[in-house]
Amino acid sequence: MKTSAKIALIGNPNSGKSSLFNQLTGLNQKIGNFPGVTVDKKTGVCRLDSSASIQVIDLPGTYSLYPKSPDEKVVMDIITNPLDASYPDLVVVVVDASSLNRNLLLFTEIRDLGLPLILALNMLDIASREGISIQTSVLQNTLQVPVVGINARTGEGIEDLKAIIHTSLQKLPKPALQLESSFVNTQALAPEIVSGIKERFGVHNDYLAMHYAHQGKNLAFLSNDDKSHIEQLKQKYNFKHSLLQAKETIARYERINLILDNAVKKPDSEEKDNIDTRVDKILLHPVWGYALFLTILFLIFQAIFAWASYPMDLIDAGIAAVNEFLKTSLPESMLVSLLTDGLIAGIGGVLIFIPQIAILFAFIAILEESGYMSRVVLLMDRVMRKFGLNGKSVVPLISGVACAVPAIMATRNIDNWKERLITILVTPLMSCSARIPIYTILIALVVPDEPVLGILNLQGVALMGLYLLGFVAAILSAWLMKLVLNIKGRSYLIMEVPAYRMPRWKNVGLTIIEKVKAFVLEAGKIIVAISIVLWVLASYGPSDKMEKAETTVKLENPTLSGQALEDKIGSYKLENSYAGHFGKFIEPVIRPLGYDWKIGIALLTSFAAREVFVGTLSTIYSVGSEAENTDTIKERLRKETDPKTGLPLYTPALAFSLLVFYAFAMQCMSTLAIVYRETNGWKWPMIQLIYMTGLAYLSALIVYTLLK
Amino acid sequence: MFNPVKSIADLKIGEKATICCFKDEEMSLKLLEMGCLPGTEIKMSCKAPFGDPVCIRVSGYALSLRKEEAATIMIQQ
Repeated sequence: MKTSAKIALIGNPNSGKSSLFNQLTGLNQKIGNFPGVTVDKKTGVCRLDSSASIQVIDLPGTYSLYPKSPDEKVVMDIITNPLDASYPDLVVVVVDASSLNRNLLLFTEIRDLGLPLILALNMLDIASREGISIQTSVLQNTLQVPVVGINARTGEGIEDLKAIIHTSLQKLPKPALQLESSFVNTQALAPEIVSGIKERFGVHNDYLAMHYAHQGKNLAFLSNDDKSHIEQLKQKYNFKHSLLQAKETIARYERINLILDNAVKKPDSEEKDNIDTRVDKILLHPVWGYALFLTILFLIFQAIFAWASYPMDLIDAGIAAVNEFLKTSLPESMLVSLLTDGLIAGIGGVLIFIPQIAILFAFIAILEESGYMSRVVLLMDRVMRKFGLNGKSVVPLISGVACAVPAIMATRNIDNWKERLITILVTPLMSCSARIPIYTILIALVVPDEPVLGILNLQGVALMGLYLLGFVAAILSAWLMKLVLNIKGRSYLIMEVPAYRMPRWKNVGLTIIEKVKAFVLEAGKIIVAISIVLWVLASYGPSDKMEKAETTVKLENPTLSGQALEDKIGSYKLENSYAGHFGKFIEPVIRPLGYDWKIGIALLTSFAAREVFVGTLSTIYSVGSEAENTDTIKERLRKETDPKTGLPLYTPALAFSLLVFYAFAMQCMSTLAIVYRETNGWKWPMIQLIYMTGLAYLSALIVYTLLK
Repeated sequence: MFNPVKSIADLKIGEKATICCFKDEEMSLKLLEMGCLPGTEIKMSCKAPFGDPVCIRVSGYALSLRKEEAATIMIQQ
């Protein structure tokens, strides 16, 4: 047996492929990217027995080898190219036994490519509940591959599968050879072109040769020369892509149905789907359906805001304690300051969001596992379509309430590029959790804490209003982009609707770990890096005023001492730092919105992550480190006066202008970075930055001018 | 010769029909792949509010599609 043999899991979406991957690899998983594309590459190590282990690759789910999305294209690129780093020694095709004929389409295609295969029949329990009985031995004889029944959700049959993988790997045939019998006679479909390609490229397999013709331009491993040669052959022999694909698919289904006639017994009645149909009547009801969806949304928001605050407070306190400990136990120096105020503060800014992301994705995983999420897509598709979005945009938009980074990664299952792009562009307008600290403090400042309509609190209503504002802005922007963006491509929603079932907690747990990891790695490194840059900008200045800060402040304020003196020095330093100079530099631009240079500094520092805004204000108004609690900062902001008029600076007009600004402005490096990654370039993140900043500026200007 | 005038979009919940042919080539490739073959029996199983998208039983599983997509699949009853 080869050391570190590679096996690939291939199957339709919803075939239980990922559950099987989790069963085989447990926590030994690594999530990376396929080179050059933004498709998640999940690999893991599976122990077959005490001495042997293999590498498992979970390939994206697909219905056939004719790709329609970048995810599906990856499958094609890998299994048609023996030189690819991920090319498997053995493929395990995972199929849903309860809808075997559709699932076998992909199987026969991969089989015809000549790859060594094992067929894993998953969900036999559901099949038998539906009265379908499958004779595995008959199937194995006709298909001429090892067939093994598994239950990827409970782990049943996994050991059998491992044993068969083990024996199959020991007697591997040479891959990519022409089979003695294929399911479809490719030679008969397009004889000349198949021969032409086999000759030119030294391909032995007919079906692979035909795929060179079908996918020609899209196969990543072919040179431009090869591609133009294929195009010439296609011209010469009048290759009709659609017609041949249709003929092939129909021929495959004919074969599959013949095979299944012998191997599978199906009941005539269809009692089984009646329960789901009845449940769907309620869950898709024009009234009850939406009512239930809203209730679930409410529950999710409640969880993100109320329940997550406990672990978040703990993380906050923990980071503060570590920083305090380091500051008191280490001698005061620039390096310690870099470590505590730069690095650890940055890491804290990342860790603080983990509880909300974990809770949100727990809900989303449960909804997806149970089959309800597809119904949400059905409920929302008609409405979303009007705004240039897709039913599948609902998940990213909801996720955006916690954090735009995992939300934008969740757009990948939207097939249509235009709809996916619009979803990516508008998701950051949803008010994420990093905006909460800003919202709370400014609302507390200008909105009275009193009841309205008996049960509601005015401050609560204001907060809700801001969330609604974000949502409305997202939807209207989507509609605008639908009109403006000129991207072709047909929008469709041809989607399998899974049956209802109990969620598997192991899968829920692994999804949470995966999302949190992605957030920490993707957003984390940027937030930490920017925090350090900002620390430099706030700690150094162009003149020698920084070094003389202590003497100057002491001279000017001879009566101050202790904490008050230190706070004053901190504030003086920030004013004279590069950040301070930047604040003064942009003051003319932000003056129309009602902001002074101090707020300008906070706008700059909060560009890494919005929540830094409050911390910067507390430094700049020299409330200092004691100002962990909101009331102190609030009192201080209230006392701040406009030097020109002598009146309070933080008027309702200014506060609302700032609130609206933060509701719309991009102000998040991590989001820009993730959009860069998902769209493969700087074009869209830059457009998004300009659009959102422009929208924020204009709206804040209007609000300030109206309320002033 | 039978002249198809009805499509899947015309079916009510619970009604059955047999797929006859497609009106749209590009869409038909995707639908064939999903097991919607001429001669296959389907059943309208559910509809989203206001009847769009719809959900059909075909080849032993549930498939959802928008009303305009369903309208490209012609049927005989």
